[in-house]
Amino acid sequence: MSEQFEPKIVAFVCTYCTYAGADLAGTSRLKYAPNVRMVRLPCTGRISPMFILKALQKGADGILISGCHPGDCHFTHGNYHARRRWMVFRSLLEFIGIPADRVKYSWISAAEGVKFAELINTITEEIRALGPFTQYHGLIEETQSQASL
Amino acid sequence: MAKIGVFICHCGENIGGRVDCSKIAEALGEHPGVSVSVEYKYFCSDPGQESVKKAIRENNLTGIVVAACSPRMHEATFRKACAEAGLNPYLCEIANIREQCSWVHSDKDMATEKAIDITRSMVEKVKLNNNLHPIEVPVTRRAMVIGGGIAGIQAALDIANAGQEVVLVEKEPSLGGHMAQLSETFPTLDCSQCIMTPRMVEAAQHPNITLLTYSEVEKVEGYIGNFRVRVKKKSRFVDMQKCTGCGDCYTKCPVKKIPGEFDCGLGKRTAIFTPFAQSVPNNPIIDKEHCIYFKNGKCQLCVKACKFDAIDFSFQDEYLDLEIGAIVVATGFQVQDTALYGEYGYGKYPDVITGLQFERLASASGPTAGKILRPSDQKEPQHIVFIQCAGSRDSSKGVRYCSKICCMYTAKHAMLYTHKVHGGKTSIFYMDIRAGGKGYDEFTRRAIEEDEASYLRGRVSKVWQENGKLMVRGVDTLLGRPVEVEADMVVLATAMVPQPGAKEFAKTIGIGYDEYGFYNEAHLKLRPVESSTAGIFLAGACQSPKDIPDSVAQASASASKVLALFSKDRLEREPVIASCNEATCAGCWGCVLACPYNAIEKKDILDRSGKVIKQVASVNPGLCQGCGTCVTFCRSNSIDLAGFTEKQIFAEVMGL
Repeated sequence: MSEQFEPKIVAFVCTYCTYAGADLAGTSRLKYAPNVRMVRLPCTGRISPMFILKALQKGADGILISGCHPGDCHFTHGNYHARRRWMVFRSLLEFIGIPADRVKYSWISAAEGVKFAELINTITEEIRALGPFTQYHGLIEETQSQASL
Repeated sequence: MAKIGVFICHCGENIGGRVDCSKIAEALGEHPGVSVSVEYKYFCSDPGQESVKKAIRENNLTGIVVAACSPRMHEATFRKACAEAGLNPYLCEIANIREQCSWVHSDKDMATEKAIDITRSMVEKVKLNNNLHPIEVPVTRRAMVIGGGIAGIQAALDIANAGQEVVLVEKEPSLGGHMAQLSETFPTLDCSQCIMTPRMVEAAQHPNITLLTYSEVEKVEGYIGNFRVRVKKKSRFVDMQKCTGCGDCYTKCPVKKIPGEFDCGLGKRTAIFTPFAQSVPNNPIIDKEHCIYFKNGKCQLCVKACKFDAIDFSFQDEYLDLEIGAIVVATGFQVQDTALYGEYGYGKYPDVITGLQFERLASASGPTAGKILRPSDQKEPQHIVFIQCAGSRDSSKGVRYCSKICCMYTAKHAMLYTHKVHGGKTSIFYMDIRAGGKGYDEFTRRAIEEDEASYLRGRVSKVWQENGKLMVRGVDTLLGRPVEVEADMVVLATAMVPQPGAKEFAKTIGIGYDEYGFYNEAHLKLRPVESSTAGIFLAGACQSPKDIPDSVAQASASASKVLALFSKDRLEREPVIASCNEATCAGCWGCVLACPYNAIEKKDILDRSGKVIKQVASVNPGLCQGCGTCVTFCRSNSIDLAGFTEKQIFAEVMGL
């Protein structure tokens, strides 16, 4: 039996809700798939579409964007900007040939540790089913440098 | 060249037992730019921190990554250690390999691989970290309290008694708010005006308090410690310096039948008037809408009556621009319009009144001098029906929340009535008796047991008039049957709702509000008196329905927040804020639209001759909260967020 494909998922999360929710999953000792790598940002409003493209370019197979529930943003409405930006960016993704189902969007509050763990398991399986994301792999070899000094 | 130190913490078995820390240390040790990569059982312990400091000094490290628990736990600890070792604290990053790795994964190999990825990506980020310094902003030591009810007065007095200047702004002609309208207060039955009016006088005479009555806040600009507030002082048409409050003017005023606002329409007032006898200040104002002079240029009887030449119809509104360091919002509430309960007959039958009107009837200074008399015929009612939750806890017509004070004041009304009208009967329709508070439950029990209030658990469906009586049809759910009660008077416990224009006012001053228009606190439990805008605090019923003790407590809490702010000359804030590159900014103002805090201003760029050559965005460091939404909006990559720069995040992603 061939080895199971382990997707690499990059999550862009806000520090106030989803990052805290992930910490709660930790303190509650919930178990979830080890495929996700978190990038902590002050607010989902800070998430540039370029981050997503960069992560895919670097070899991520899936992306998660997650922040506070609508109405709960620590910065009052950064998550609304993020949501609106995502609605536009999603159609652009399709246009440039990246299946939009590789990019997930979700609201997770600081109290939703269980939801966080479940979400990671679900999207890991979904991305696993999609297989590796290889479209950019040629590109990355050209641009990939060793770590900066 | 970067010299990064990586410190991998075992956290006892918490990390060490689930991931291979030696393997992480080894992998990071080989990573470009890493000079030190070590592991230790507890880096947060004293010897652990000492070893970090020693490593920073001995190796001249340019940044450190501590792979340990969540930054929410020990980021501050290690930043402090950095500072003590002579490294800028913002050159420290935390790789969260406990909460988000060792605790949540059972496969040791995969968890180790993930821990290496997390740590490596933080190393890549920290290489691009810059020295940051806390932002210092000056503080204007003058507070503004908006609203002169009990909450506002309490906050103003607390701040003023601590020796700081206060500007107290009240939109009505007198201080006092709703509390001045009340008769007796629960649960002690002490006279409201007896405890309120001395405080009003104290506030008005306090050397540190500047009182601006009949004034409204029009505009708030600036940021914590440095607000600029524009206040409109509406014209009273009475010179407050000359006026002695003798009252000759209003005794002469020929327009005498205007329903008085203070008495909730139950009493009458003149066109030149003081809202109530104990008004502070005691100078009258002219109601332009009803004054004959303003209608046809005639009359002027008050001018003739005034011995001090204080009345002048030509006075105009004045505007004051004030420099303010902190603001306490204590704008209070209003009673919900009961007209939406047509079935209760409010407005149709004069003897159906609101709880606040009952307060005026029961008040010794009210229109009936404290006698409970029916508005229709001025006769003493023999049976009063009280309807609780006439608006509260009713998602179909009223508001969903509990107004909190109605159970208590209804019990109080029943008591006051039976004390004044011996043999009088009271029936109270209620949903639940909510009497949480010191001495509250004892109080409602007293109403039932000693004053024989008859509590009927159920809603009222209709009130109508029959043979000169008010018929109240409801249901007694405890007996499980409909009831009809014959009453002489019906009192509705109407809901407390936000002030009219509460939402617009919140936008004017830049604070958040909920679906109803009550002002939002920064955190319901941990920051209940701060608004989401730094330097603006909340007190009283503008935040949610509250009784007097709660309003006073919150007002004092707000005052203590203001005083804490004023305890220093300068404020220190986290330097995680945006800044704009003026050379590349194209002035598209996308950032201005994005900013939730109005922190981005337009700045003129001048040439040598002083001519404006372009306008660029400029971030006000006092207002910026560091969300970074503007950065993502910026089309020319001119704005960046310290601590989370574009370069840092790209590096972090590339490190994964």
